[in-house]
Amino acid sequence: MMLDAGGEDEEKWLAEGIAGLQHNAFYMHRALDSNNLRDALKYSAQMLSELRTSRLSPHKYYELYMRAFDELRKLEMFFKEETKRGCTVIDLYELVQHAGNILPRLYLLCTVGSVYIKSKEAPAKDILKDLCRNVSWVFNIPFVVSSLGVISLKSVGISCLILVRSMKDGGNWCGWLGNLEHASVGKRHCMIATQKGMVARDGDGVIDAVEFVLQNFTEMNKLWVRMQHQGPVREKEKREKERSELRDLVGKNLHVLSQIDGVDLDMYKETVLPRVLEQVVNCKDDLAQHYLMDCIIQVFPDEYHLQTLETLLSACPQLQPTVDIMTVLSQLMERFCPSFFKWKLFSKLSHAIGKVIDSQPDMPIVGAISLYVSLLTFTLRVHPDRLDYVDQVLGSCVKKLSGKPRIEDNKATKQIVALLSAPVEKYNDIDTALKLSNYPRVMDHLDHSTKKVMAVVIIQSIMKNNTHISTADKVEALFELLKGLIKDMDGTQDEELDEEDFKEEQNSVAGLVHMFYNDDPEEMLQIICTVRKHILLGGPKRLAFTVPPLIFSALKLVRSLQGHDGEAVGEDVPTTPKKIFQILNQTIEALSSVPSSELALRLYLQCAEAANDCDLEPVAYEFFTQAFILYEEEVADSKAQVTAIHLIIGTLQRMNVFGVENRDTLTHKATGYSAKLLKKPDQCRAVYACSHLFWVDDQDGIKDGERVLLCLKRALRIANAAQQMANAARGSAGPVSLFVEILNKYLYFFEKGNPQITSAAIQGLIELIVTEMQSDNSTARPAADSFFASTLRYVQFQKQKGGAVGERYEHIKV
Amino acid sequence: MNYLIGAFKPPCHIKITYSDAKTRKQASIKKENGQMTMVPLFYSQETIGGEVSIEPFHGKKVEHIGVKIELLGQIELYFDRGNFYDFTSLVRELDVPGEIYERKSYQFEFSTVEMPFESYNGVNVRLRYILKVTVSRNYVSNIVEYQEFCVRNYTPPPTINNSIKMEVGIEDCLHIEFEYNKSKYHLKDVIIGKIYFLLVRIKIKNMELEIRRRESTGSGPNTYVETETLAKFELMDGAPVRGESIPIRLFLSPYELTPTYRNINNKFSVKYYLNLVLVDEEDRRYFKQQEVTMYRLLENQ
Repeated sequence: MMLDAGGEDEEKWLAEGIAGLQHNAFYMHRALDSNNLRDALKYSAQMLSELRTSRLSPHKYYELYMRAFDELRKLEMFFKEETKRGCTVIDLYELVQHAGNILPRLYLLCTVGSVYIKSKEAPAKDILKDLCRNVSWVFNIPFVVSSLGVISLKSVGISCLILVRSMKDGGNWCGWLGNLEHASVGKRHCMIATQKGMVARDGDGVIDAVEFVLQNFTEMNKLWVRMQHQGPVREKEKREKERSELRDLVGKNLHVLSQIDGVDLDMYKETVLPRVLEQVVNCKDDLAQHYLMDCIIQVFPDEYHLQTLETLLSACPQLQPTVDIMTVLSQLMERFCPSFFKWKLFSKLSHAIGKVIDSQPDMPIVGAISLYVSLLTFTLRVHPDRLDYVDQVLGSCVKKLSGKPRIEDNKATKQIVALLSAPVEKYNDIDTALKLSNYPRVMDHLDHSTKKVMAVVIIQSIMKNNTHISTADKVEALFELLKGLIKDMDGTQDEELDEEDFKEEQNSVAGLVHMFYNDDPEEMLQIICTVRKHILLGGPKRLAFTVPPLIFSALKLVRSLQGHDGEAVGEDVPTTPKKIFQILNQTIEALSSVPSSELALRLYLQCAEAANDCDLEPVAYEFFTQAFILYEEEVADSKAQVTAIHLIIGTLQRMNVFGVENRDTLTHKATGYSAKLLKKPDQCRAVYACSHLFWVDDQDGIKDGERVLLCLKRALRIANAAQQMANAARGSAGPVSLFVEILNKYLYFFEKGNPQITSAAIQGLIELIVTEMQSDNSTARPAADSFFASTLRYVQFQKQKGGAVGERYEHIKV
Repeated sequence: MNYLIGAFKPPCHIKITYSDAKTRKQASIKKENGQMTMVPLFYSQETIGGEVSIEPFHGKKVEHIGVKIELLGQIELYFDRGNFYDFTSLVRELDVPGEIYERKSYQFEFSTVEMPFESYNGVNVRLRYILKVTVSRNYVSNIVEYQEFCVRNYTPPPTINNSIKMEVGIEDCLHIEFEYNKSKYHLKDVIIGKIYFLLVRIKIKNMELEIRRRESTGSGPNTYVETETLAKFELMDGAPVRGESIPIRLFLSPYELTPTYRNINNKFSVKYYLNLVLVDEEDRRYFKQQEVTMYRLLENQ
């Protein structure tokens, strides 16, 4: 309904407009009939004032305009006759400019202008220039110069696509369409004109034509850019859409320029391109810049571009930052691809860019870099095989950056990241990037945090593509790139590091370590040494993340050597497990010196086990020693001690390389530590775990039943003590579950055939537990109860099963 | 009735003709009744000469005690109506006392008359030049006839004529720079200039250039100032954006301008101003007024 109401209003306004127009037209006709110039001007101006409205929709406005346009034709005839009667056209030209309002003034000016041009009293180009200059200062009339387009065609034989816009009320699109028609008409005329060589015949004519189209282009582009600022903000999106639909109209100017016969390379170079670029740069509008750059590249021939590369490129850094220069340039470069030898092109481009940058010392660094980025993109696309080109581009970039302070500019940094990412992305293979000698030198110019970002990008690329880095040299080079992650940079200590970010970074480094691999043990050792060298610089916080992967990587190597034992033995082979273990020992030592003793302890144990597998008793012993020392000196937390002691026991149990003496020493130590734990239950559990140290099933040598029993008895004693302590301290019974656990150990060794473990002892223990449980009914212990119950059920089950084991159980009564 | 009218009519008809009436240029002036009329045009230091003819009506005789012609330059202030201030007064005696029976002609001449001021017809003041023929009589009132003529004075083009250039604005809202090519314009001149928008944060609807005339009369506490807008010339229709440069080309010939008069005989002065007005969408007006000096350039030069 609102719309209908609006429509009615519009009808009303249109009717009013037409009525006003006809009223004044009537008086104008009377004046024309009586040859009264003064009145004719007065009434025609009043008539045209009806067009000043901004209330009408384009459609309605067009209707009004067409009526006024018809009247103007009559006026034009009158002016023509007037000049025959002796009134000079220049006087007329001045007279119409007396009109107070701009819109009637311009309509009248164009009408007289048409007569003026035809009179040939002044050069057409001067008149057109004068008219054009006036056009842009009215922003809400759509049609003023549509007739001019035709005039100029007829008179000068050049095309002009005069764009007159209507913007005050969001655009009178009929106006646009009207001009579009004229534009296409204009183009046809232009084609005819140029084909007949009308323009080309006369040197001055070409210049006039070019000059006119250029000026037209400038004004048109200004209007086009301005459109976005007109009207309410909420319709911005709509306007942008409309704008991009209209862009061809602007672009047509460039097309026309390229069609004019007389525009040769020289003129293009001297006049056309600089003027067009000036406008493109100055309009500061990304949509326009992107489109127009594209247009320039598309409409003019390759040869021109080749000859003017420098000019074209020098405009690029001046464009708005949002304009994707790379796309623009790569379009340009793609155009060259089929038509020229590639090598020639690269050197030419590279030369041009270099010259542009050298010639503009005050060009912002970001501009220079963005040029290099586009050159690099081009190179990667056209010469993916020419790594030296890529390196050359990076090299020139380094040259440009050298001597400059570290880059603070955010945009420049972004551009460098783009520059560095391009080859990594292109080759999907860091190997290639590592061959670029200038790569790290470019990276040096980044600030720390960006360096890190870049490093993460590189690592991600490696991980994603599952690239194996197979030589120490490459590893060296890679670490040079990843410096930012590997070690602290000067002056960054104060920086607040986000804990999680840091973890993530270091985790990725850790992951990266696993990507270094070579089948050749010697090379692999080299790699490991290199990695070690770098990560040891990382400082306490990093070591915890980076050492473990290194250790495991090395252990992997050890195991692979183990596999080739037969062939690889020999004094002259430098890569022996022994040697590796030495390195490992030192590495872990570094870790233990920072407060990561628990981690170090685990790693020692891992190494010990590996040494065990390699039959290197002294090495394994040394590792254990280190582990024990750590335990004694560094592991203070009781919980950590419990965990550590269990780890030690577990590892030690599996060791088979030790001689009796060594083993005794170690087991003795372990048992000793176990008994010295802080909490009784912990002591108890550790001690009964120690029992396994003396009874290893698959090792004949180690079946010392007596010491097993000793351990278990000791555990029992501790459990008892724990019980009493609990009673004394809390007045309630302690943990019966400890007894049940010990019972289970008894049963285990009983089944394994340890002669020291007798059924009587088991029987006794069961009874003890039963008594304990009965004596304390106060507290509910469902876990301990059911544990005990299942243990008993197991005994039952074994009894019923019969066989050798069943027989042994016979004497146990449940 | 005719007789009665005749009784009070002056007994003779007095006619003043200029010796070069046919070739002399004429200018239009506004008469007291508001109608325009054409009068001869003189310049300072020209010689004004001609003939006065006195023709008694059908057989009447005119007795007089002398006939004289005066050239008067008068300033008339309207608020002081009736009081003419004569700044120039020249007299030529044409006849000795006697009687006139039939048409009688007298030649007169004021040679190289100094007429320093131009004729002017303003809101509150009028400056005019007249030739006044007086037939003095005894007992009865004198017979007087006026003839007004127009005086204009040319000024040579000024040797120094700087452009007017200025940056004005409202902080963080609107900054413009305007330029008029000269500070002194002749009456048929063209004002060329431009307005450059340095900053536009308000929605400007249109912009126009006004020519204003400021006439001040009297002195001291009795000063009357009257300002008229003689021209409104639209420069721009629509909203400009930053960086826009709007050209000005304003022909002065259509407007009725006079030269700038500064302190004419301590009675009045007339000054001209260019007023640049910007109107925003809420019809607020922003303006900047600049004085320009108008002068009269010798035509055909």
